Amino acid sequence: MEWLQQLINGISLGSIYALIALGYTMVYGIIKLINFAHGDVFMVGAFVGFYAIKGWGLGFFPALLFSMAFCAVFGVLIERIAYKRLRNATRIAALITAIGMSLLIEYGVIYARGAQPEAYPDNVLPSTSFNLFGAQISSQSLFILSVSVGLMIILQFIVHRTKIGKAMRAVSHDMDAARLMGINVDRTISYTFAIGSALAGAAGVIFGVYYTKIEPLMGIIPGLKAFVAAVLGGIGIIPGAMVGGLILGVVESVVSAMGFSLWRDAAAFIILILILIFRPSGIFGKNTREKV
Amino acid sequence: MKKVSKFWLFLILAVLIYGIGQGLIQTGILNAFYSNMLILMIINIILAVSLHLVIGITGQFSIGHAGFLAVGAYVSAIITMKFELPFVLAIIIGGIVAALAGLLVGIPTLRLRGDYLAIATLGFGEIIRIVFLNIEYVGGAAGMMVSNMTTWTSAFVCLVITILVISNFTNSRHGRACIAIRENEIAADAMGINTTFYKVAAFAIGSFFAGIAGGLFSHNFYIIQPTNFGFLKSFDILIFVVLGGLGSMSGSVIAAILLTIISTYLQQYPETRMIIYSIVLVVVMLYRPQGLMGTREITDFFGKKKSVKGGN
Repeated sequence: MEWLQQLINGISLGSIYALIALGYTMVYGIIKLINFAHGDVFMVGAFVGFYAIKGWGLGFFPALLFSMAFCAVFGVLIERIAYKRLRNATRIAALITAIGMSLLIEYGVIYARGAQPEAYPDNVLPSTSFNLFGAQISSQSLFILSVSVGLMIILQFIVHRTKIGKAMRAVSHDMDAARLMGINVDRTISYTFAIGSALAGAAGVIFGVYYTKIEPLMGIIPGLKAFVAAVLGGIGIIPGAMVGGLILGVVESVVSAMGFSLWRDAAAFIILILILIFRPSGIFGKNTREKV
Repeated sequence: MKKVSKFWLFLILAVLIYGIGQGLIQTGILNAFYSNMLILMIINIILAVSLHLVIGITGQFSIGHAGFLAVGAYVSAIITMKFELPFVLAIIIGGIVAALAGLLVGIPTLRLRGDYLAIATLGFGEIIRIVFLNIEYVGGAAGMMVSNMTTWTSAFVCLVITILVISNFTNSRHGRACIAIRENEIAADAMGINTTFYKVAAFAIGSFFAGIAGGLFSHNFYIIQPTNFGFLKSFDILIFVVLGGLGSMSGSVIAAILLTIISTYLQQYPETRMIIYSIVLVVVMLYRPQGLMGTREITDFFGKKKSVKGGN
C-alpha cells in the first residue's frame, strides 16, 4: 500500500500549498497583482509560530492564531507601504515592486536573525501513527489536514456569507462599479490582504510542525509552487486554488515516489507551462475573449 | 553619412576604453581584484543589454534569463573542458545553443502575455537549472571545474559585438517592429507586423548574447554550479534593466556598471547588498517607475557632435 501512503503525504503537502495559493488567488483576483512577497509572509508566519512555541511556550493553537494575526497585520502593512501607490501603475512596475518586497523581507529577516535554520520542537502535536489498509498514517498529518480544511471552510463562509466577503467579490468583479455603489475599495483590498496573509501564516506554522526545519529562504519555492497551484485551478477562483494545491501536492509526491525526487521541483513548473499553454484560464476558469 | 560617422566614433571610443583598460591591467596599476571586477562588469553589461532587447525593446517580460546564461556557461565549459576545443569556438557554440534554447522556450511561451509570460519564463529558467542539476556528465550539484580563460581582451571584444549588434538591430526596421509590439501588440498586429516572429526573434537574439555572457562567466570563475543560475541571478539581471530604464540601452549599461561596483564592494556583506538592492528597486518603482533614463539614450543629452550609442 505504498501508493496510499504517498497519496496521503501528497494531500498533506497539497493542503499547505492550497492555503498559500488562496492568498495569491484572492489578491490576484482583486488587484491583478502577483504578490511575490506572499511566499515570504508564509516564511514570517513560520518564524513567528516558532518563536511563539519555543520562546513563549504556547501550544499549537494559540501559536497558530498568534501567527495568523501577526501575518494579517504584516500583509496589510506590505500593501499599504508598497502596493497602494501602484493601483494605476503599469503591470511591470507592480510586478517588480512585488519582487523587490519579496527580496526585502527575505534578506531583512536574514539581516535580523542570521541565515541559520531553526527546528520546530517535535512535541507540538501528539504523534501516533496507525494503520489504514496497510498504510502508515501519522495523526499529525490528519490533524494538519483537518486544520487546513477547517480554515478553508471558514474562508468560504467569510467570502460568501459576510458583508466584507460580498464587498470583496464586488471589487474583484468591477472595482469602479463597486466604488460607485459605496464600497470602500481601499479597505476591502486591505481586508483581502489581511485574510490571505493570515492563511499564509497558518500555512507557515503547519509547515513548520510537519517538516520541522524552517529557514529565511524557505518561502521562495513553496511560494512559487502555490502560485502554480493558483494558476492550475484558475487564478482568482477560490475553490480552484484549493483543488490546484491538492493536485500539485499529490503530483509531487508521486514523482518523488517514482524515484525522481530531484525532479520534483521541475514537475511543478512543467505543469505550470503545460497549463499556461493549453488552458491559461485554469481548470475552473472560463475562457474570456480578448477585446481591443 | 551621419550613421557612418556614428559607427566610427563608437569604434574609436571602444578602442580607447580597451586601450586604457589593457594598459592599466598590463602595468599592474589594477590588481587581480579590480581586473576581475572589470571582467564581471563586462559580463553583467552583456547580460543587461541582452535582456534589454527582450524587455525594454520588445516589451516581453522575461524573468528566466539566468537559464540561458546557464546554457551558455555549461555548453562552452563542456566544449573547452571535455572536448578541448578552443575558447573562441566554445563561446560561439555556447551562444548558438542558448539561442536554440531561447527558440525552444520562446515559441510556446511568447503566446502568453504580461504576468503569465513572466511566470512561464521563470518556470523555464528553473527547469533549465534543474536539468543541469540532474546531469551527472556536468557534475550535478557539485558543479564543474573550468579553467580560467576569460581575459579583458576576449570579454571586451564580446561586449563591443553585443552592443553593436543590438543597437543596430534596434535602429533597423526589425527593431522598429519590436518597439511597435512593445507599445501596442494588437495595433502592431493590425499594421501587418508578424508579432510572433519578432517576439521569438528578439527572444532568441537576447538568449544568444546571454549564452555568450555565459561562456565568459564560466571561464572566469573556476567552478560553475547550478545554484549560480537560480532565479536570484535572473532578478539581478532584471534589476539592471529596470533601474537603467526600460527601453534605454545606455541606461542598462550604466546600471550594470554601477551595481557591479556596489556589489563588488559589498561582497563581504551579501545580506546588506540584497537589502540595498531591494529597497532601491521598490523606491525606484514607486517614485520613478520609468527607471533612471526612461526610454532616452545617453546620446540624447549631447548635441549632434557626440552622438555615440552605448559606450562603456
